[in-house]
Amino acid sequence: MSSHDVMPEMGLYQPVSVEDAVGLASQLAERGWLVGGGQDTYGWLKDRAKRPEVLVDLKGIESMRGVRETADGIEIGALVTLTEITRNPLITERYALLAQAAGRVASPQIRNVGTLAGNVAQDARCWYYRRGLNCYRAGGNLCYADTPEGMNREHALFNTSRCVAVSPSDTGTALVALEAQMVISSSSGERVVDAEDFFVGPNLDIRHMTVLRPGDILTAVRIPAKWANAEFYFEKVADRNVWDFALVSIAAAMRVNNGVIEDSRLVAGAVQCTPRRLTSVESAIRGKARNQETADQVASLAVQGAQPLNFNHFKMPLMENLVNRAVRGHA
Amino acid sequence: MNPKLTRRRFIKGVIASGVAAASTSLWYSASGQNRPAGAVERLLTINVNGQSRRVDVAPQETLAHTLRYKLGLTGAKLGCNRGECGSCTVLADDVNIYSCSTLTHEVKNKAILTVEGLRAADGTLHPVQAAFIQELSPACGFCTSGQIMSAVALLKSNPRPTRAEARQALSGNLCRCGAYDHYLNGVMRASGQLS
Ligand SMILES: Cc1cc2nc3c(=O)[nH]c(=O)nc-3n(C[C@H](O)[C@H](O)[C@H](O)COP(=O)(O)OP(=O)(O)OC[C@H]3O[C@@H](n4cnc5c(N)ncnc54)[C@H](O)[C@@H]3O)c2cc1C
Ligand code: SF4
Ligand code: FES
Ligand code: FES
Repeated sequence: MSSHDVMPEMGLYQPVSVEDAVGLASQLAERGWLVGGGQDTYGWLKDRAKRPEVLVDLKGIESMRGVRETADGIEIGALVTLTEITRNPLITERYALLAQAAGRVASPQIRNVGTLAGNVAQDARCWYYRRGLNCYRAGGNLCYADTPEGMNREHALFNTSRCVAVSPSDTGTALVALEAQMVISSSSGERVVDAEDFFVGPNLDIRHMTVLRPGDILTAVRIPAKWANAEFYFEKVADRNVWDFALVSIAAAMRVNNGVIEDSRLVAGAVQCTPRRLTSVESAIRGKARNQETADQVASLAVQGAQPLNFNHFKMPLMENLVNRAVRGHA
Repeated sequence: MNPKLTRRRFIKGVIASGVAAASTSLWYSASGQNRPAGAVERLLTINVNGQSRRVDVAPQETLAHTLRYKLGLTGAKLGCNRGECGSCTVLADDVNIYSCSTLTHEVKNKAILTVEGLRAADGTLHPVQAAFIQELSPACGFCTSGQIMSAVALLKSNPRPTRAEARQALSGNLCRCGAYDHYLNGVMRASGQLS
């Protein structure tokens, strides 16, 4: 028996209430690490690229499970798995956009345990950073991806600031499109943050992908009735259909009346550090017919202002084509 | 596998890890780290293949490690150890998961099923195993136990899947030999849709 588990030694807590979890998380602060499904966590630990001392497994907290109807839409417990999201009737019938996005994450086994909270709170997938290199995002003072030889075909087109990593979360784009709200508990109480403000770019905070800080626990995600049963479009392009993160993805919700677009939310994934709302496209299509002609007129707006790196120019036509499909409404 | 041998290995495993456990707790108290009270108990009774197995499990230990190196159940293979291949697939309450990317403590209240637990008491192979043999599904065989477990999970929830559904259900299991279509033939045969 000379085999060793590659997990480093650490402590583990399994609280059963949000209060206990908040208490542990604030007491442990930087030394602690929350675990939902652990699918984004264990790679970090095995590689010794992150070194928390204690894990706090949230899965025993019953109140963070399940999908409920609320006065204005639905509330999804933070521990709901991605597989559950693809099957829950409240979600598949009214907010199919989210179900489609969740169904494109990773692989069946990862979706079976990966939670919604873990999916939106996951860290950047830049391979230099994951490798444990001391880049800007890790607290150092250079970016390995944004150099002449840096391998940056998966990196950002927009809004970079020293770090050029992109938003990895497939559900994040759908949640921003649906105007979801994130419910966060901490020792100072509960706060509710719009999905759009939940994700933060490197210009605001280069060390974090979201507003979550040690001691914060995402307990639920609310989706307002506003976009229930709207017309949805989701597409993710990745190198492989399983496991791989998006090269570019698009999530769209539209209200269409007699073939005319009355209102819409279009959000692109993996083109900047946060899900990117395409507001110029949204306003250009308002009041227009939902057809190929409109799509051809507006798609190029989506990539205006893009600043490609050495190896990711391909993302511009890719993004344009995905926007085109989303606007016309079919692949 | 010889059940006696398994049992002997199990006992050996518990003894070996018991020693490891003692040294670990000494290290923690000696290093004087201040942790909040109430961390998990290490000695667990877990349900594996229908049997209660008592085993000492470190807090950070993966299920793959517990199964392979403490319970002698080496059917779940470690390919990547990063959730990227599927060779470590086992079922927890009938749901297929990567045992390399699951802590044993996370599933201590669930029924774990590994490839060793599939055959009947009289030795009859599970329909998926029998069908995979008949369809010559495996090439090298390294990914096979994982493919079997994903197929078993699928057939538990969907006894007559379409080929497309089977392809989707097995998509979290890489096969380095590229025997995918042979595995799919096996799933179709196991579900009685191929004769
Ligand atoms: C091989 C592989 C492929 C992948 N492919 C994809 C993909 O294609 N698309 C995609 O979107 N993702 C992908 N992922 C990333 C990720 O594993 C999954 O998205 C999964 O949903 C993460 O959820 P989890 O619950 O397992 O996360 P965990 O690992 O448990 O948590 C992730 C992060 O969120 C924090 N966290 C968890 N729960 C909470 C909470 N309630 N409150 C506050 N913080 C919390 C954790 O502390 C941690 O920092 C992939 C991962 C792997 C290993
Ligand atoms: S892109 Fe960001 S995460 Fe990647 S090396 Fe540069 S600073 Fe680090
Ligand atoms: S060993 Fe677990 S997925 Fe590869
Ligand atoms: S049979 Fe060789 S890896 Fe699948």
